[in-house]
Amino acid sequence: MAAKTNTARALEAQRPEPVKAATLPDLDRLIHPRIRLGIISALAAADSPLSFNDLKSLLETTDGNLSVHARKLEEAKYIACMKSFEGRVPRTEYTLTPAGRKAFNKYLDHMEAILQAVKR
Amino acid sequence: MYYFPMASVQPIRKTQDDPIPLHAHAMDNLRYIRKTMERAGSFTAVPGWGGVAMGVTALVASVIAARTATIDAWFATWMTEGALAVAIGMLAMRRKAAKAGLPMWSAPARKFVFSFVPPLIVGAALTMVLWRAGAATAIPGVWLMLYGTGVITGGAFSVPVVPVMGVCFLVEGALALAAPPGWSVPWNDVWLGAGFGGLHVIFGFIIARRYGG
Repeated sequence: MAAKTNTARALEAQRPEPVKAATLPDLDRLIHPRIRLGIISALAAADSPLSFNDLKSLLETTDGNLSVHARKLEEAKYIACMKSFEGRVPRTEYTLTPAGRKAFNKYLDHMEAILQAVKR
Repeated sequence: MYYFPMASVQPIRKTQDDPIPLHAHAMDNLRYIRKTMERAGSFTAVPGWGGVAMGVTALVASVIAARTATIDAWFATWMTEGALAVAIGMLAMRRKAAKAGLPMWSAPARKFVFSFVPPLIVGAALTMVLWRAGAATAIPGVWLMLYGTGVITGGAFSVPVVPVMGVCFLVEGALALAAPPGWSVPWNDVWLGAGFGGLHVIFGFIIARRYGG
């Protein structure tokens, strides 16, 4: 009983430390902004390509906003962009790359770690 | 450590010594990710209240069909119900998509349709064959099983209750087919009523309650 309390207290004492040390420095800033996080999440869930318009209505954003952030992710090779024509209408489709999925999973782990550290 | 000789030195960016905002932020992020993923998956595609409405019309149809005098009238009753159910289903899907701010014809919706429709086409072809062969009593079981197949494949990426509903249809269809032939005639409408009526109402209600509409 006493030993248990001691361990608990010891854990309690170190608790805030790992949160700061483990989470803040290597947080993936590239996917941290809302829209980019949204693009990655949507593509991760859809597991099939989503068109520019699908993403736009899904994330309730504007053409300009979406294209700027999508380009950032594209440059980081987190998403891949395919352009084609449907008749005469250009069509842009996005998929998540393996690197993007890895970054997304890492980000999720990150958030989870923060919650875990705070919870106990 | 540094505060003894340099009393007023402060880090420019404050270290977060209070974990609560960080924690709340992480929570908020996860919630946002989850919401986005749900919307992106076929989660919103399956309409709960639409399912309930389809179930109610099927229950009414089973009562009407049970009182029909000829097999042609019986067949016509269920065909009408089928068309009605398709119309209700499509309307409900459109309404739910609009409510979620999603395009009706998004990639997940396309995926759903392409996996849901083929078993129904097979069902239509088999119905024709069975009808011509005078084996109309086998039709309800075939309908239930193929509908169940469509629900399982179409709902594979949806919320878990959808494929579970499909499995229930499969089981019921198998029971209907396994029943001794002598039973089949009076039981036809019971099977169909329980499946397209009962299962739709029950699962439609669960989906509507848990997944918004």
